[in-house]
Amino acid sequence: MPDHNIARPVLVPPPEVEWPDTLSRVPYWAFQREDVAAIEQRRVFRGDTWNYLCLEAEIAQPGDYRATTLGGVPILAVRDHDGEIYAFENRCVHRGALIALEDFGQVREFTCVYHAWSYDLQGNLKAVAFKDGIKGAGGMPECFRMEDHAPRKLRTATICGLVFASASDTVPPIEEYLGEEIVERIERVLGGRQIEVIGRFTQALPNNWKLYVENVRDSYHASLLHLFFTTFELNKLSMKGGLIVSESGGNHVSWSAVDREAQERQAATSEYSAQNIRSASDYRLRDPSVLAGIDEFGDGISLQILSVFPGFVLQQIQNALAVRQVVPRGVDRTDLHWTYFGFKDDTPELRLMRLKQCNLVGPAGYVSMEDGCVGGFVQRGVVGASDRHAVLEMGGHDALSTRTRATEASVRGFWKAYRELTGL
Amino acid sequence: MAAQARYARCIDEGRLEEWPEFFLSTCIYRITTAENHRLGFAAGIIWADSRGMLEDRVAALRGANIYERHAYRHLLGLPLIDGAGPQGTRAETPFMVARIMREGATDLYATGRYLDLWRAGQDGTPKLAERIVVCDSSRIDTLLALPL
Repeated sequence: MPDHNIARPVLVPPPEVEWPDTLSRVPYWAFQREDVAAIEQRRVFRGDTWNYLCLEAEIAQPGDYRATTLGGVPILAVRDHDGEIYAFENRCVHRGALIALEDFGQVREFTCVYHAWSYDLQGNLKAVAFKDGIKGAGGMPECFRMEDHAPRKLRTATICGLVFASASDTVPPIEEYLGEEIVERIERVLGGRQIEVIGRFTQALPNNWKLYVENVRDSYHASLLHLFFTTFELNKLSMKGGLIVSESGGNHVSWSAVDREAQERQAATSEYSAQNIRSASDYRLRDPSVLAGIDEFGDGISLQILSVFPGFVLQQIQNALAVRQVVPRGVDRTDLHWTYFGFKDDTPELRLMRLKQCNLVGPAGYVSMEDGCVGGFVQRGVVGASDRHAVLEMGGHDALSTRTRATEASVRGFWKAYRELTGL
Repeated sequence: MAAQARYARCIDEGRLEEWPEFFLSTCIYRITTAENHRLGFAAGIIWADSRGMLEDRVAALRGANIYERHAYRHLLGLPLIDGAGPQGTRAETPFMVARIMREGATDLYATGRYLDLWRAGQDGTPKLAERIVVCDSSRIDTLLALPL
């Protein structure tokens, strides 16, 4: 017999624990709940944010389009004959089918395959098949106006060849959204250059998208999880470097440069050995040409990781350049789209360096493969722990720029922007 | 054919240290996808132009990189011999690779084809001067650690 004295279960529980009013705590339910993901769609991806769509170089000519996404929603980014870039949802206004089925291409117009409704390059509905019926019968009613129907259109903005879009009418202009320091660091890599794509790969991550964008902003983990970096002295916390966090908190730059003086000091007293950290092995490369590079930006900065809230990353690791687009595919799945690039005026020697250095990044990257699995370790680790939270206290409690990278300031910055937008 | 079978067994049994020995000292080993290959994009998921780089890859997998323990099972299709020339013998071989994770999950991890150039090594056995691994899909699940 059932015991009728037990309390009735609550089927749709509120968050098991309140989110404390501090940037240094993140409840694990934020990575687990479907209702949180729904709020994110509305308030983050369709909210006051700029979202990376593609490179201008990928839609260089009038009629060129790329099927991309904004937070998982299918989007077409198109170059029209006026030279401008337009973005609209890749969804026919008739019955909701995808308008374009290829990832990219060149078209004069878009025609939905389902009932042949067609659109111009700006997403305006231009023709409805059998609109006036056949032999006077059928057809759309008199009151149907094509101009009343269009896929949702997005605002677009470009900066240094990067195409961003926003579903919001109230988002500030892209430069203001990014902040002056972030704009400068984008220009540092891309300013005045002509991008040429050299590879595109997708990495399917077994975790919530926020675990990946936290990881990108986490300068603390770089030399601890990624042993390859440390071993070959590409990136130690004792290198010269720093962290820029935008005023909103959401955008960041982590950078490092070889600090010759510190390198000599370190040779004398290894801070790493003293910490009993794995990072102190001494194997050497058989073919060091994989790391051969040049100071192509002329400032000695060997690493610059830049993120734009919510899901964009610009990466310079020596001469390995890439953009990454982070796309949620459910609470515990994320697509990470990598686009490797060089510049049109690369010498053959520089291009070869990029190809070799790309071994550092991507799904098999010497310094990035761990980022593909570590989010999954968290996703699996926090099962049953929705009443617990992550602790983000390295470097204090704020989300400000700093000269050290032994900090979680930019991770806290992400949550600052996230909570501001979502209200969570 | 025998070298192909030995190559697959070498990886599947986890004897990665022997894997570079299937290649000449100057060689190409690249993992890419059908889309990148079709578009002529030069970058790879792995990009190596010497046996030394393959040895480094194994050293990094053993000593530096962090990933969950797993193994592959290669199934190779019939090689299409594209003809022999002064450079060696070109062959195209389809493959399917299942990935067996630590906790037992077995999934189809990759399908694709090997675009090979085989040439006799110093000891007379066939060695790879070139192996372009063209994966059919452009999606890689989680990460790619062990070579294909």
